[in-house]
Amino acid sequence: MSSTTQYTRNILVIVVAGFILIILPHFIGDYYIHMATMILLYGYLGLAWNILGGYAGQFSFGHAAFFGVGAFTSTLLQLNIGVNPWIGMFLAGIAGMLLGLFIGALCFRYGLRGPYFALAMLALAEMLRLLAVQWMTVKYPLGINIPINTDSFWNFQFDKKAPYYYIMLFMTAAALYLTHIIEVKRIGSYFKAIRENEAAAESLGINLFKYKLLAMAISSFLTAMGGTFYAQYYLIVDEEAAFGVNGSIEILLGPIIGGAGTVFGPVLGAGVLECLSEVTRDVFEGYGGVHLMVYGVILVITIIFLPEGILGGLQLIFRKLKKRGRRH
Amino acid sequence: MTIPGIPLLLQAIVNGILMGGVYGLIAVGLTLIFGVMNIINFAHGAFMMLGMYATYWLYVLLGIDPYLSLLLTIPLLFIVGLLIERFLIAQVLDAPGHNQLLLTLGISLFIENFAICLWSPNFRTLEIPYLQNVVNIGTVMISIPKVIAFLSAIIFTALLYYFLKKTDMGKAIRAASEEKEGALTVGINLKKIYYVAFGIGAACVGAAGTVIAPFFYVNPHVGGIFVIVAFVVVVLGGMGNFIGAFFAGLIIGLAESVGAAFVPGQVKQFIIYFIFILVLLFKPEGLFGRSNE
Repeated sequence: MSSTTQYTRNILVIVVAGFILIILPHFIGDYYIHMATMILLYGYLGLAWNILGGYAGQFSFGHAAFFGVGAFTSTLLQLNIGVNPWIGMFLAGIAGMLLGLFIGALCFRYGLRGPYFALAMLALAEMLRLLAVQWMTVKYPLGINIPINTDSFWNFQFDKKAPYYYIMLFMTAAALYLTHIIEVKRIGSYFKAIRENEAAAESLGINLFKYKLLAMAISSFLTAMGGTFYAQYYLIVDEEAAFGVNGSIEILLGPIIGGAGTVFGPVLGAGVLECLSEVTRDVFEGYGGVHLMVYGVILVITIIFLPEGILGGLQLIFRKLKKRGRRH
Repeated sequence: MTIPGIPLLLQAIVNGILMGGVYGLIAVGLTLIFGVMNIINFAHGAFMMLGMYATYWLYVLLGIDPYLSLLLTIPLLFIVGLLIERFLIAQVLDAPGHNQLLLTLGISLFIENFAICLWSPNFRTLEIPYLQNVVNIGTVMISIPKVIAFLSAIIFTALLYYFLKKTDMGKAIRAASEEKEGALTVGINLKKIYYVAFGIGAACVGAAGTVIAPFFYVNPHVGGIFVIVAFVVVVLGGMGNFIGAFFAGLIIGLAESVGAAFVPGQVKQFIIYFIFILVLLFKPEGLFGRSNE
């Protein structure tokens, strides 16, 4: 297949998929719109994680740190000095990015890698959670409520679910596009070189510190903006939802299961997980942690049988088929 | 920040040392697994939780004394660890480190949430009449179960040390952790070493869970508190360094307890995470180096 026809085909797929996703809320009820919004949100957060974890190979077990900082930043700015949530979302991104640059500079400067970097990030998120607990038990023991405002785009508050869905659809599409750009540009090759072999990347003249930090900055900025969306969607922020370990785990599960270091993997993974968790909730009604139990099983199975995730596994099969095709 | 009086400080030091011994025992299991297999076991806390529940149910349902239940919890956790290594961990020994960590994370997610389904997320406590006493030495109150836990931790660590130094199996484990290829050439079955070491690591933390159960609450997520402490202790003691881990346990126990006397509330745990990041950044080889001697 020539590259022009492949290009046309890709554009066609994107247009059709986009069209379906845009008209979707007119055909499904609130329950499914909510589910679709959650798939998009975790897809989006997974895409953000994926830039640092999947492309640059720095696995973070504490992305809830950025998510929580985002949720708290926009909410507190809105409550205390009346900052509009859209501006708050941008400032949240900046706050998350500053935190990312700070911890990233420390970790990468001192060469923390692999599991050690993952655990340092986990510790960071837990530290923030404990600070939030300490501060909130005095001031907001029941969580911070965002006052209900009139339904308008400017207020980032809507009576219906569909507008939230469209906002998240736009954010996910933007994150996908950004990932696509990283994938095709030189920066993506730098990230992947660092992921595959740091020493080799460095000997080729890639500035490890700079590019790891760049990946961290993009990733933390996007994740924190997702935190603002979460706060505006539920209109309540509490320390467990913002900084909890489960949040960090749910962010990274999508890309791991869908395929870390691929463009569509994180969204695919988020979709698979969300559907699974809905099914298990229905089947095992009344058992609290059952969807996390299923996540555990899925994670174990993925790591053992599909270490590159679903998309990574499919790519491997396609490559093998192609090779075989060429041989004949 | 408040400045505590001398009695309070003494109390904090005593509590810190007693708790530190238990941290040491938890970390000894983790560092053994790391030293031999180079794997960070995220499910270590879940194993400890299983040990605690085993002790709890044996007491509540069958009336078995918590310390007597060690005879059951240690073999039970050994088998759990052995099976998990044999069927799951063994599959990823050549995988990148973060994938190994993700696998043990998945195992711990499963075990902890399975425990919630089975036993509900409620907090439970063991109330054993003869353990409610405290002994007063001067102004310092010493709780009996904490002393027993501390002494058991020392005994188990010493037994394990003896096992590693004197028995053939122990020597093989040490050989495997120091020089894999050498161990293979002299005919050591590495696969067997791996599951035995993993089983022993799980048994250690199971024993720690049992001796903690009489004075700590039991809950499916209780392991999460200890697993991070154990990571700190293991790194501080020098990854894979057995004796280092025990002494690092004492240091962290003291730091946590004395720190809590100065600053209130959740800060106690905060200090542990803070130390963890500092050690990872500035002293990743630990205080006592990485050797196994």
